[in-house]
Amino acid sequence: MMKTMTEIVVPQLAESLVSATIDKWLKQPGDWVDVYEPVCEIITDKVNAELPSTVAGKLVQILVEKGETVPVGTPICVIETEGTVDVALQAAPEGHSATSERASEKEPLAVESEDAPMRNRFSPAVQQLAAEHAIRLSDVPGTGLGGRITRKDVLAYVASGAGKSNQSANGSVAAPAPRTVDAAAQVRSSGLHLTETPKFPKIEVEGSSNAGRGDNFIDVTPIRNTIARNMRQSVSEIPHAWTMIEVDVTNLVLLRNKLKDDFMKREGINLTYLAFLLKAVVNAIKDVPIMNSMWAVDKIIVKRDINIALAVGTEDSVLTPVIKNADHKNVAGLAKEIEELARKTREGKLTLSDMQGGTFTVNNTGSFGSILSYPIINYPQAAILTFESIVKRPVVINDMIAVRSMANLCLSLDHRILDGVICGRFLQRVKDNLESFNLESKLY
Amino acid sequence: MAEADNAISLRRLDAHYIGMLEYAQAWELQKTYVKQIDQGEREESLLLLQHPPTYTMGSDKHPEHLLLDEDQLAERGITLFQIDRGGDITYHGPGQIVGYPLLYLDAEGLNLHGYLRSLEQVIINWLSEYGIEAGRKPEYTGVWVGHSKIAAIGVKFNKARKRRGFVTSHGFALNIKSGIAEEGFSGIVPCGIQQFGVTSFNDLTGLELTVEEAAMQLLPHFAKEFKYDLKLIEE
Repeated sequence: MMKTMTEIVVPQLAESLVSATIDKWLKQPGDWVDVYEPVCEIITDKVNAELPSTVAGKLVQILVEKGETVPVGTPICVIETEGTVDVALQAAPEGHSATSERASEKEPLAVESEDAPMRNRFSPAVQQLAAEHAIRLSDVPGTGLGGRITRKDVLAYVASGAGKSNQSANGSVAAPAPRTVDAAAQVRSSGLHLTETPKFPKIEVEGSSNAGRGDNFIDVTPIRNTIARNMRQSVSEIPHAWTMIEVDVTNLVLLRNKLKDDFMKREGINLTYLAFLLKAVVNAIKDVPIMNSMWAVDKIIVKRDINIALAVGTEDSVLTPVIKNADHKNVAGLAKEIEELARKTREGKLTLSDMQGGTFTVNNTGSFGSILSYPIINYPQAAILTFESIVKRPVVINDMIAVRSMANLCLSLDHRILDGVICGRFLQRVKDNLESFNLESKLY
Repeated sequence: MAEADNAISLRRLDAHYIGMLEYAQAWELQKTYVKQIDQGEREESLLLLQHPPTYTMGSDKHPEHLLLDEDQLAERGITLFQIDRGGDITYHGPGQIVGYPLLYLDAEGLNLHGYLRSLEQVIINWLSEYGIEAGRKPEYTGVWVGHSKIAAIGVKFNKARKRRGFVTSHGFALNIKSGIAEEGFSGIVPCGIQQFGVTSFNDLTGLELTVEEAAMQLLPHFAKEFKYDLKLIEE
């Protein structure tokens, strides 16, 4: 029976995660582990999670003990699987009774021969990575669309040792699960770079000579580091464009003032403007679904579920917990979700599932008094919208000046996917939705 | 309450929470009640109950929407009924509240589709209290949350013998318990709709409401929407 050793690594659980601490091992060496069965519990600043196995097999070795903190991508245990590569092995001619690495290289090649139009098209990032590791791209199995080689493929190839370069892929880059697993289920091989973390250029800091007297040095916390990396990835990969619209929310202000006390009595929580905004945004997304999409190299993926990520600021960071299926909720339901996520964020109780699956981000920048902002897209989504302060302003209506409650909505968009016309239509829809709230509108 | 003030002008509706009842028995019960209501021997009624695992196929039948053969049905302990309501195939089982409103609809101002919309509205209104925005799909009867169906509706209008109108039978099936989709709906294409899924109240809210609790919560919504003075008859 073929035996394969598979390492389980610390995954990139959420955008704001660079390292994790093993809280508890749920399995011990010798235990059988099913695929998706949790092997251990990990804790981070903000997210606690059970870590599922990517394969079924016997846990043979624990590499990281309870209480140790390790970076994302670090192997933490080894699982021995049996016969997972047999498909490729049977397909291969005899004499290839070889190692699992070789077997797994074989399978994508079979894919290539069938239909691999993208096989010989390499992105600059892939070419650079290949050059760094001194490997030939023609040797690397591609799992992207049409057999295209992704960065992940290159890294997997390097990690497998097949390149026999003197480099080893270690450290900061998340080592993907071994190819044997990937080949069996190429679910996430759409060419999306979701789990990739771009390499940081090394920046030499020349000691303290740059710092003037009395300057303070602040250690960059892991979460700060992650925010930095994500922001950098977003602005360097996504061509941002920006637009803004102003909305007359006078009637919404009246509506909320009418309902908020009863709502507090009934539900015990604040009825925020944000809940109404989310309703308006979700309904606009339903009308303009392309806003709820992501760029995937040679495809645009329009997501069916509308999962609104909410930017929630803390004293020294920002997190983006997600309201799943926001289109299934009415204003009251959204208000409750907002309250719940904000509370969990404050208390540091967000779970992994709270952080995953966002398809569009909303930032309530008005809560700290902003009237205009230029948000950075929450990678890999297509757009982010800010809700700015509500301020009373003189407004011209029918050639007369009136005092109205006004708010700006700012939108940053991925210009690869979206253009001015469609975003204009979307914002207009949000505006119409917000302005059509009136004293008769219902929360439930 | 406003209802009390209006009680005199509202017709009475007897609501029965029956609990678990075999489909065949419930069908017979409906027929009996319909006859009695028609002849003025019984108040209009709302039966609330659960069925053991059952598939029912309505008049709009497409046998290909049943994905199991007889042996598989027997193995899973599911009974199949061909019945006299509108609609295609659906599943009933534990964890689902089944409601059979047996109402007299007068011929004057009769709006059969309006009756279906009102049934949907009862469920939509109840769900909204939990912050769930449920709605309709224009081309399909039933109550939907996003792309998933939470309640199926199929009715029959029985021509009254003594009066000009109709007595309704069959009704709605509202999924409460989570996981119900896996239990029963995986064996069929629910209502012949291929591309959409099935959901339940507990799946949507994360709560663990029982069918009986849900039934009791639905009653006031039903009374309000259909404008009845509703009395719960303890069995």
